[in-house]
This record gives sequence, structure tokens and C-alpha cells, in this order.
Amino acid sequence: MTNHWIDLKNSDAILAIGCNPAENHPVSFKWIEKALESGATLISVDPRYTRTSSKADIYAQIRPGTDIAFLGGMINYALQHDLIHKEYVRDYTNATFIVSEQFDFRDGMFCSFDDREKTYDLNSWAYATGPDGNPKRDRGMDDPRCVYQLMKNHYKRYDVDMVCAITGTRKEDYLNVAKSFCGTGRADKSGTILYAMGITQSTHGSQNVRAVALLQMLLGNIGIAGGGVNALRGESNVQGSTDYGLLFHILPGYLKSPEFDNVSLSGYVEKWTPKTKDPKSANWWGNTPKYITSLLKAWYGDHATKENGFCYDYLPKRSGNYGYVKIMEKMGKGELEGLVCMGMNPAVGGPDSGKAREALGRLTWLVTADLWETETSIFWKRPGVDPKTIRTEVFMLPAASSIEKEGSISNSGRWAQWRYAAVKPVGDARSDLHIIDEFYTRIKALYLKQGGAFPEPITRLAWNYGSGQEPDVHLVAKEINGYFTKDTTIKDKDKLLTFRKGDQVPMFKYLQDDGSTTSGCWIYCGSYTGEGNQMARRDTSDPTGLGLFPKWSWCWPVNRRIIYNRASVNPAGEPFNPKRPLIAWDSLEKKWKGDVPDGPWPPMKDDKEGKYPFIMLPEGHGRLYALDMKDGPFPEHYEPVESPARNLLSRVQTNPVVKLPKNVSSDTARFPYIGTTYRVTEHWQAGAMTRSLPWLVELVPDMFVELSETLARHKGIRQGDKVKVTTERGSIEAVALVTSRLKPFNVGGKQVEQVGMPWHFGYAGLATGDSGNVLTPTVGCANTGIPEFKAFLCSIEKGGKAA
Amino acid sequence: MGISRRQFLQGGALATAGIALAGKGEASVDSPEMRTKGLKSSTTICPFCSVGCGLLVHTKNGRVVNTEGDPEHPINQGALCPKGSALFQIANSENRLRKVKYRAPGSDRWEEKSWDWALDRIAQRMKETRDKSFRKSELNKKDNKEYLVNRTDGMAFFGGAGLDNEECYLWTKFARAMGVGNLEHQARL
Repeated sequence: MTNHWIDLKNSDAILAIGCNPAENHPVSFKWIEKALESGATLISVDPRYTRTSSKADIYAQIRPGTDIAFLGGMINYALQHDLIHKEYVRDYTNATFIVSEQFDFRDGMFCSFDDREKTYDLNSWAYATGPDGNPKRDRGMDDPRCVYQLMKNHYKRYDVDMVCAITGTRKEDYLNVAKSFCGTGRADKSGTILYAMGITQSTHGSQNVRAVALLQMLLGNIGIAGGGVNALRGESNVQGSTDYGLLFHILPGYLKSPEFDNVSLSGYVEKWTPKTKDPKSANWWGNTPKYITSLLKAWYGDHATKENGFCYDYLPKRSGNYGYVKIMEKMGKGELEGLVCMGMNPAVGGPDSGKAREALGRLTWLVTADLWETETSIFWKRPGVDPKTIRTEVFMLPAASSIEKEGSISNSGRWAQWRYAAVKPVGDARSDLHIIDEFYTRIKALYLKQGGAFPEPITRLAWNYGSGQEPDVHLVAKEINGYFTKDTTIKDKDKLLTFRKGDQVPMFKYLQDDGSTTSGCWIYCGSYTGEGNQMARRDTSDPTGLGLFPKWSWCWPVNRRIIYNRASVNPAGEPFNPKRPLIAWDSLEKKWKGDVPDGPWPPMKDDKEGKYPFIMLPEGHGRLYALDMKDGPFPEHYEPVESPARNLLSRVQTNPVVKLPKNVSSDTARFPYIGTTYRVTEHWQAGAMTRSLPWLVELVPDMFVELSETLARHKGIRQGDKVKVTTERGSIEAVALVTSRLKPFNVGGKQVEQVGMPWHFGYAGLATGDSGNVLTPTVGCANTGIPEFKAFLCSIEKGGKAA
Repeated sequence: MGISRRQFLQGGALATAGIALAGKGEASVDSPEMRTKGLKSSTTICPFCSVGCGLLVHTKNGRVVNTEGDPEHPINQGALCPKGSALFQIANSENRLRKVKYRAPGSDRWEEKSWDWALDRIAQRMKETRDKSFRKSELNKKDNKEYLVNRTDGMAFFGGAGLDNEECYLWTKFARAMGVGNLEHQARL
């Protein structure tokens, strides 16, 4: 989230698209209702009429996977009716930037596509630069090659009739949504967009998110109280696990993981440190050398020296894609020997889970650490399989629960909150921290004793977490924050600050690229300082009244509660919306008041030191036109890989950058219905954490499939009947739930039915049932690889498995 | 509803007592002080979705006897959803794993093992796989040049959005030190 949960109360319009907070983030609804009490409008855009929809002022039905058409139409509506926040768009986004002559878009394709590799040449989308090396701009936004005009031209194809023909939305509903939400383009109004997996689980998921961001930038809704691009994340610490780089392509703090041709630390820094010649651009990623050096110093301690590139060589270098789907594919081919799952359940949670279960059987060894038996840990005795035929050696380790250990987790609003151990772990269970520590210390001992393949990255790793039996979690948290490795004096404006060796670094602006500081995750620098553990704070004061609660826990970055907040003020530093000032420049005291600003510099207007608000981009301006997306600078509508519809906007049916796997099918004769997956309040993700708890099992005991009254009539299916749902990947059995929440879509004049189902079930735990993901395809987003769980084609028959 | 007649009557009796006590100007039975008197209390954050609601955990003699929403927490102000309310059952579940279990190749059952036995064997397996599949360098097909990659391709590490930040940090640090490039978790799904 750019903003945070309590901030929802500050919104004048809340657009929930591809999410269902009333059911999946129930307590967040407290703040949505607070906004509604103050007169806000709630809009729910969803294929199903959810509990969120039932509380909404406007509900608009949308066919799964057509979000870009929907949002593109809103972008067009805002541009055509001139509802945009002009000053914001002109000064803070790249609307005024001129694009190179090479850029072109025709009939669904951007320029420079390599049909064999299925890739675009991103260089062809660059800005046109002037003699000073900076992008050329037209502040009048009239130049036909400026981003504003290109965008206007791109989205004029997304008129209301075209959009509704694609999305299946009723025209009056669509116009209601557009009118209502685009009304927040005024300086004194705020609108927030909430989204979840309905947006991301798509072959064009990243572009869905970008479409959200484009609309919000046009309306001046990013960086303000009550605004933002807000991903409602699914797990209690999926924000933290992402921040810490548990993904192949990033290191902690969103530093890129090295590629094979970043052959040295200087090569890495050269490749990943963006540059600008514009003195008004803060270009915060220009600090990359400080952050990567401090990370290496945290990992390799005294071994990391300037001479050896701070042990940069020890990091593994990637060449290609190691994403989840790719890993499962390799596993299925027998190319992996081992897998460790720390609280993750690929036998249920990933796409095409029938295949995933088979793939587990090709492993030599499997380690799981969990609170319960999961479908993954007992895959070798799953229904229909003879354990004798599975050679995988399986270790199942009992893990401590969240109240049996101490540490922090980060919520969707980036608040890192500290938890305490209330009791000892049950039985022989151990914390994951303890388990990982045991893995490390035992492997290190083996390498020291026996030698082996390049032992140094392991034997020289700095791993100093106390002398107790378990690692001291406070020492880990302190290392994440970082400390000075020698006595240091730093000049900050007119002050000289002195730090002693071993002092905690107060905030990341003091991190250095010479080895004098460590920081295990630079964005968390400031979380555990000389003043103690900031994440454990419990001060409930709220000086602005906006619900920022600046002294409750700690929030990255630098306790800034709403990011990009320099965009909430005009170039002179005055709040756009005086009713809800988030930050304001005090020209007498020469400082910012309110939230922690996005950098200390004076307002943008200041000739000497003023900076643009989008500090993480080298050009300092929000990107309406992107330079680094694999599938185009503007989000463009394509159909999901499995779709009952032809793309009405161009002749390009699906995202051209996405390679299609074999086991997908758009044969509507065999699979006439749109399938989609969702979650329920009473269960959680792959189900291990909730299908073992009697209270929750009593509430939702069975795997079900939801279908409309019309489809039920057509198929002769009654409430509670056993049904069978089939896709190109496989079949599942479930209980039919016939509701009026689902309605067919109008697709090209034909009524196309949809079938919805939760994905929480499996064969382990108290409540068992078939897994929704047996049905889902292994094709993912062009940029992230997140699979298209939300839109596939299926059939449904009465009679369960036997049908 | 799963309330027996007996429980219902007990509840009624308590409520009456509450009124009587309140009448004397003393704490009512639903006041937190009386309900949790003599119990140890600590705070936690819900392990389910990402809203980050606060809870109070009450314990007695090393056992969790009550969990409830933290009224001071600015986000949830004491409120909880059904999953958050069920945290109590995680703490006290009979279904929790309590022992290290091992399943030998081709076997149809778990065997109970000690941590030492399992961890030594896991360390051995990890090392064997790393030593076997470690790539010092790799030929790039595009420019026909050899690049240093120091990568272990033979194993994958998954997880974990359910881990604490400090655990995630050690997991990522350990994975990279092992050379594991196949490092992924729920955020990719």
C-alpha cells in the first residue's frame, strides 16, 4: 500500500476492484465504514456480488480478466471530460515528456517486437532527450509526441460502448462508476483504489496495477491522505517476506539480485544504479552502492573488504527465470533434488496442483516446517497414490506458532509490528529462526570439516546471534537495521554527527558505500536504533488527526506513513487539499510539518534545493508512460489466455509477450464457462492454518462451487448437489452452491455463465476437499509470472466425480 | 449454536451476579480486570491476513487461556474477524505437530525422530545436493563467454509469508550463501 489501513477513513471515494475487503480483510471495513459515515462513496467492481458489493453505493459487474478495458475506459473518461488534476499531472507526472520518434503502437502491438523471442526492444520506447541530456518536455502538453497526447490517443479507443462490450458491465453502472470516481480529480477530493489478487493474478497483472496507477496519477490521488494505490495483501507478513527478498529476482530492500553479466560489484552498481542529469531529481536509487555495500558488509563482516568487492562474488548470479512456475516445471522434469518449504504448501497453493504433486515425487528429499501436516508434507500418501512408488525422503519439522516466538511482521500498510512469545512452543516445536539457524550451523560445520564446492560463502558468512541455544532475535533485528563498523563522522547539512563503532545507524541516509556501515535491509534502517526497538512502540497519539499514529510501531521507509507525500502539496509546499493536509512547508521555520516527508529538501519550487516528488524514479516524475515494462509503456487490453471472447480492441488476442503452455484451451464447446477462484472469510490461503481449527471448520466445512441460478437450472443442479468441474488440467468434485451473487456475462451478445470457487481445500487437516488449483493454468503475468488463477475456462456437470 | 442449557443457565447466573456487583459500584464481571485477574498478558499481531490487527494473549501456568482483540490497537480497536478470533485454537490445538517426523523413501508411514538426527541428515542432504549441482561458471550462448555464477541449481527454497521479518532475513541470507537461486514464496502466487 502507498497508504495504510486507517487512512481509508480519509477517502471521498473508494474503488474496490479485484478485491473483497469485507470478506478477506474484514477489519479494514471498519475504516471503509468510517469513510462512508462521512459521506464517501464505495464502489465495488467484481465478477461476483460480494459482501463488499452489498455495502457499496455502486456495484459494477466485470468479466474476469478485463480490468484494463475497465480502467482504460475510466482513464479515457477522465481525459475526455477533462476531470484530471491538471497541476498535478503537468508538474508531477511524465505527461509533459516527449517520447522518441521510434515509439509506435498499432492494432494491439507496440513497436519493435521480436516474434521469435516474444519480446519487445524496450530501448525503442525511450524519451526524446535534449542537448542537456534530459528528456524533452512540453509543459503545454500539446506536442503530439508528448506522453499526455499519446495517452489520450491510446485510450480514446476505450469508449464506454467498447468497454462495456468487453467487460460485460451494464452501461449505466459503468457510467456511474466513471462519473463518481473521476470526480476525485479535484484538489479538494481524495479517491483510493483498493485491489488484491483479482488484479494481479492475470497474464497482464502488472499492467492491471499500472492502469490503477495511471488513473490515480491523472486524478492527483497518489501521495495524499485518502488516496493511493493500495494492494490489500493476503498474508500477515507477505509484505515483509517481499521486503526481505524471498524472490529470485531481488535481494533485501528491493535491490536487484545480481545477473550473470554483472561480473563485479562495480559492474553491478553500474548496471543497477539509475542516473540523472537533472539536479531537481532526487533519484533515490542513486544510493544503490551504499545499500548493496551495507548489505554485503552485514553478510560477510570483516571478510568483506573494498579490495575483494565486499565479497560480491559470493552471491549467486542468475541467468534467466527462477520463478515459482519455472521451478515447478524443473522439478517435474526431475531436475531438482531437494526442496525446503518454510510454511508454504505448493501442493495446494500453486497452479495446476495435480502436476505440482507429481513433481514433488521427483525430488530426492523434501523438508517442510509447519504447524500442521500439510498436503505438501503428506503428498506421498495422498488419495489415489501408492506410497511405495514414491522415493522422496521427507522430513516434517514442527514449527512454533506466532505466539510462541518473538519478532516483527509487516502489514500491508508497511507497519512493522513487534510480537512477543506468550508461551513456549508446543511439544518439540521450534521457531523458524531456530530451525534456519540449525540448518546453517550444521552445514557450516560440515563444510569446515569436509570441504566441498566453494565453501567460503558459507564458512565466511557473518552469523553472530548470541551464545544461547537459539539465535537472539534482537541481534538479528539490530543487524537488519545496521550499525557502524568504525568510528565515523558524518556531515548532515550544517551539523557534524559522530558515531562510535557499533552504534546503530539512525536512518538510511547515513548508510555508506565504503564498508563503514552495515544494513541487512536498508528500507528497515531506522527500525531498531540507539533509542531501541521502534517496532515495539505503542504510543496511541495521532497529532494530525489523519490516523497516521506516528509512534505506534514503525513503518518503512523512515516511518513515513504515506509514501510520495510530496505530491500532496503544490510546488510551493502548500497542501492541495487544505481540509486534509498531510505535509506542509513551514516557510518561517524552514521545515516540513505533518507526516515524514519524502526527503528533507524544501518544496519543488525552491531553485537551489527543491526536488520532484516521485523520488524513486530517475526523472522524478510519476510514469504515465513506463520505460521498463516488458509488455508496453501503456496498459493495453488483451484477453485472458483462456477466454470465451475475441479481443474487440485489436487483432492481438492475448498478451503477446506471454508464451502459452500446452495445457490451456479456449475450446468453448468443451469448456463453455468462465472459472474463477476466490477466498472466504473463514479460511486462509492453502487452508492448513484454518482447516485444522474446529471453530472455522464448523463455519465452512466443505469445498464448494458457486454457480448462478440460471446455470443451475440449465444443468439441473440443485443446492447441495455434488458436481464435477473440469478444465484442460483436471477435474474436481465439490458441493454446489447456487446463488444470485453470480450472474452470466454478456459476451458479444451471448450470455456466458461463470463458476466460482474457493481454493482453500485439500486432503490434509480436519476439513478436506478437492483443491480449486487442480483446475488453474500455469501461465503467468508477463512481468512477474503470477499465474492467471482468476480467469480460465471450465465445464460443470451434476453428479460429482462419477459424472 | 453450540451452547448447552447448563452453560446458558451459568451465563445467566453470572450476568445476574454482574448486575448485583455493578450495583455496589464495583467492577462488573465483563470488566477486563476481573475476567483476566491473575493471568499473564502479552500483545501479539494476528497471523492471518495483512491488516495487522492487535490481540491480547492471556496465559496461566504456561498455557494460553484466552485471546481477544487488543482494544488499544489503533487499527482494529479490539475488533477481530472469525479467523483472528480463532487464534486461541491454534495455541491449544491437538492437531499441532509436536514431534519431528521422517518418512523414508517408499515407506507408507511417518517415523518419529529427534531434532539432532533429522537436522544432521538434512544438513548432509543439502550439502550433497549443493556439492553435486554447484555451478562455478556458465557459458552464455549469446556471446559465447564464460561467466562466474556461483550458483546451486539442484535445490529450491520456498517460503515464507508466514515467517517473521527476522526469520525471512535469515532465510534469505542463508539461501544466498548456499548459492540457491531457486528462492521463491507466496508473493509470486
